[in-house]
Amino acid sequence: MRLNCTVNGEPRQADDVWAGESLLYVLRERLGLPGSKNACEQGECGSCTVYMDGTPVCACLVAAGQAEGRDVVTVEGLADGPVQQAFLAAGAVQCGFCTPGLVVAVHDLLARDSAPTDPEIREALAGNLCRCTGYEKILDAVRIAAAS
Amino acid sequence: MDFLQPSTWDDALAAKAAHPDAVPIAGGTDVMVELNFDRRRPPALLDLTRVAPLTEWGTDGDMLRVGAGVSYRRIIEELGSKLPGLAMASRTVGSPQIRNRGTVGGNLGSASPAGDAHPPLLASGALVELASVRGTRRVPVDAFFLGPKRSVLEPDELIAAFLVRPGGVEQFAKVGTRNAMVIAVCSFALSLSREARRVGTGIGSAAPTPIRALEAEEFLAASLDWEARGPVPPSVARRFGELVAAAAAPIDDVRGTAAYRSHALSVLARRTLAWAWKGMA
Repeated sequence: MRLNCTVNGEPRQADDVWAGESLLYVLRERLGLPGSKNACEQGECGSCTVYMDGTPVCACLVAAGQAEGRDVVTVEGLADGPVQQAFLAAGAVQCGFCTPGLVVAVHDLLARDSAPTDPEIREALAGNLCRCTGYEKILDAVRIAAAS
Repeated sequence: MDFLQPSTWDDALAAKAAHPDAVPIAGGTDVMVELNFDRRRPPALLDLTRVAPLTEWGTDGDMLRVGAGVSYRRIIEELGSKLPGLAMASRTVGSPQIRNRGTVGGNLGSASPAGDAHPPLLASGALVELASVRGTRRVPVDAFFLGPKRSVLEPDELIAAFLVRPGGVEQFAKVGTRNAMVIAVCSFALSLSREARRVGTGIGSAAPTPIRALEAEEFLAASLDWEARGPVPPSVARRFGELVAAAAAPIDDVRGTAAYRSHALSVLARRTLAWAWKGMA
């Protein structure tokens, strides 16, 4: 089937989409946007977090057809923002695999709450796993981004 | 695989009647995992995210009727004061990303013994509204589950909504290895209604289906001094906990042992009772 949606502000089209494939697969393999990472494929790790109609979702759990006509923003669409800069400044990136999902989740948190408390940060990022376990630096990055 | 995408409820029911093997999908938090891991290859997906009425809630007589497609996030934000037990359980579901997409209708459809929404629905005596082109029926939630991941839902039926009579003082507690992203080792929901002298319970993840602890409900309703304001007598709380644990039929599995689940349930029952009773004052 053919899929039409808006990705990072641009109308995009993908052909020969299989009904059972995920939005994550479409983004990475059909639209050339590999920023969103494919890790657990079951919504546990948050590495594929994207905005869909302004709401953070796991792209691996969205059936491609469910994104028809929707507005998707990936980490590529948030490039050069203050969140990425804060991750660099804090040294919050180790292997980097969890970073794109965290950047989207932090972007959403700060859009809703410009000065979150530590418990609020932890709750907002509860769905994003860092298997390098660099959480302290990630929390630093959120505080830096919030202050910038 | 076909992708069916009705935009009206009537079209959705017609599609399900024409394609009884189609798997309904809303938030995708269960269905997509099965597809991603090649565990399931249904002939069709039936996307329900375009059917607006499923995402609405409102009153129906003295009950609250909540569309099957209302997300956990919206239950927390919009129904937290009306359905406190379900909202507490919803806060323990997955992560923000999962709560943004996952729905109570999907939880019911999956019919997992560990579904977080099930204990509070059992405790509050909810009804599940099932619909097909043949008509609509409302099933008490304690008659909805048949076995692990099995329910009374017929192949041509879809879950339209659930209905709850609000007003109970409710609590929910869940045991897991961390606060987020946890499938319950066991869980317990309690609903107390002073006016109706009613006790409702729901046990999760400790039997082939989510279940009520009927004997515990009857014991507590008869033993509580409903007009009293002080703490629940320890002997009553202890016996309630024992009866809740006795109602369960847990197994040993990767998340915990049967013995641990039984013990934990008796503790959760006593704790939620103390919290709820305090909330009645």
